[in-house]
Amino acid sequence: MSVRAGVRSCLALAAACVLLDFAAAAEIPPAERRSGYDLMGRETRAMQDDDAGNPGMLWVLDGEALWNKKAGAADRACSDCHGNARESMKAVAARYPAFDAALGRPVNLEQRINLCRTGRQKAPALAFESRELLALTAYVGRQSRGLPINIAIDARSKPFLDAGSDAFHRRQGQLNLACAQCHDDNWGKRLAGSVIPQAHPTGYPLYRLEWQGLGSLQRRFRNCLSGIRAQAPDFGAAEFVDLELYLMWRANGMKIETPAVRP
Amino acid sequence: MARAIVNVPSQAKRGEIIEIKTLAAHPMETGFRRTQLGELIPRDIIRRFVCTYNGAEVFRVDLHPAVAANPLIAFTTVATESGTIAFQWAGDNGYAVTETASIRVE
Repeated sequence: MSVRAGVRSCLALAAACVLLDFAAAAEIPPAERRSGYDLMGRETRAMQDDDAGNPGMLWVLDGEALWNKKAGAADRACSDCHGNARESMKAVAARYPAFDAALGRPVNLEQRINLCRTGRQKAPALAFESRELLALTAYVGRQSRGLPINIAIDARSKPFLDAGSDAFHRRQGQLNLACAQCHDDNWGKRLAGSVIPQAHPTGYPLYRLEWQGLGSLQRRFRNCLSGIRAQAPDFGAAEFVDLELYLMWRANGMKIETPAVRP
Repeated sequence: MARAIVNVPSQAKRGEIIEIKTLAAHPMETGFRRTQLGELIPRDIIRRFVCTYNGAEVFRVDLHPAVAANPLIAFTTVATESGTIAFQWAGDNGYAVTETASIRVE
């Protein structure tokens, strides 16, 4: 970056701070919680609501095919153990990230699917953001659509929830911004023409028009982090899973929309 | 792998206007974008979509760059007789997908 560009971005930062007016730092009361769905335009809402027009359904159909396909040295499909996903996977996505006793820490849905793949199917783990992993996650998530998010926190998972909460409230990056400064304090206002949502992860993995494809919550984290010029951890990093846990817990009771559509 | 989703009403009254929705899985790469190293990403788009109703063409689209990925094409036609509605997408790099749906008209 040239000196001039550096000066310009410093000015942009100063302008952003003035515009956003960081005064209060309060959590959103339950009655005022809004899904990103409520903040987006009519056409995008219609796209999400209609399964015939929701492009996320292309991944869900892929996921259904993968669910029934045998894989790995064990030559087993997901359905060989779990049966019909419409029954067995109902409400499962609503309680992830969940604590895994063997690993001694919470794992998200993508990691859970990969644990099954490596442990039970004896197949190589799927890469994060690969079409296959997104498809399986979307298919499992789809079975919880309309059900309330239900993250239970106990003594074992509490430290990880606290770590996620810290990450959400900690200033970071060259712009020195915390997630909470936008998503708790200034939701509903605009940032470069886009409405700032409250950051409730109700519909992941979701189809983002900007991405022209399906992506995970961690991809969204990386977007936000590069926006505030912070160094993003790798996909699947413990820090990201803690943040996922905190955000899902914060959205407890809100309805799952997977696969959602967002601008 | 799912390559297209079509949505056709399974039955209709004769003369009724029916809405048909199709969604094709395709990246619709414009051919104008470059990689981070500055190399041009070759164009890869759907060029043509055709819908036939019992063999007769009822709807056709020519697609060009700047159409979004996974294009949704929705249109209406008149339910004239029972039979098969066929959909064909064709594009760059030998992309060709066909789907069919049946409709009962009373």
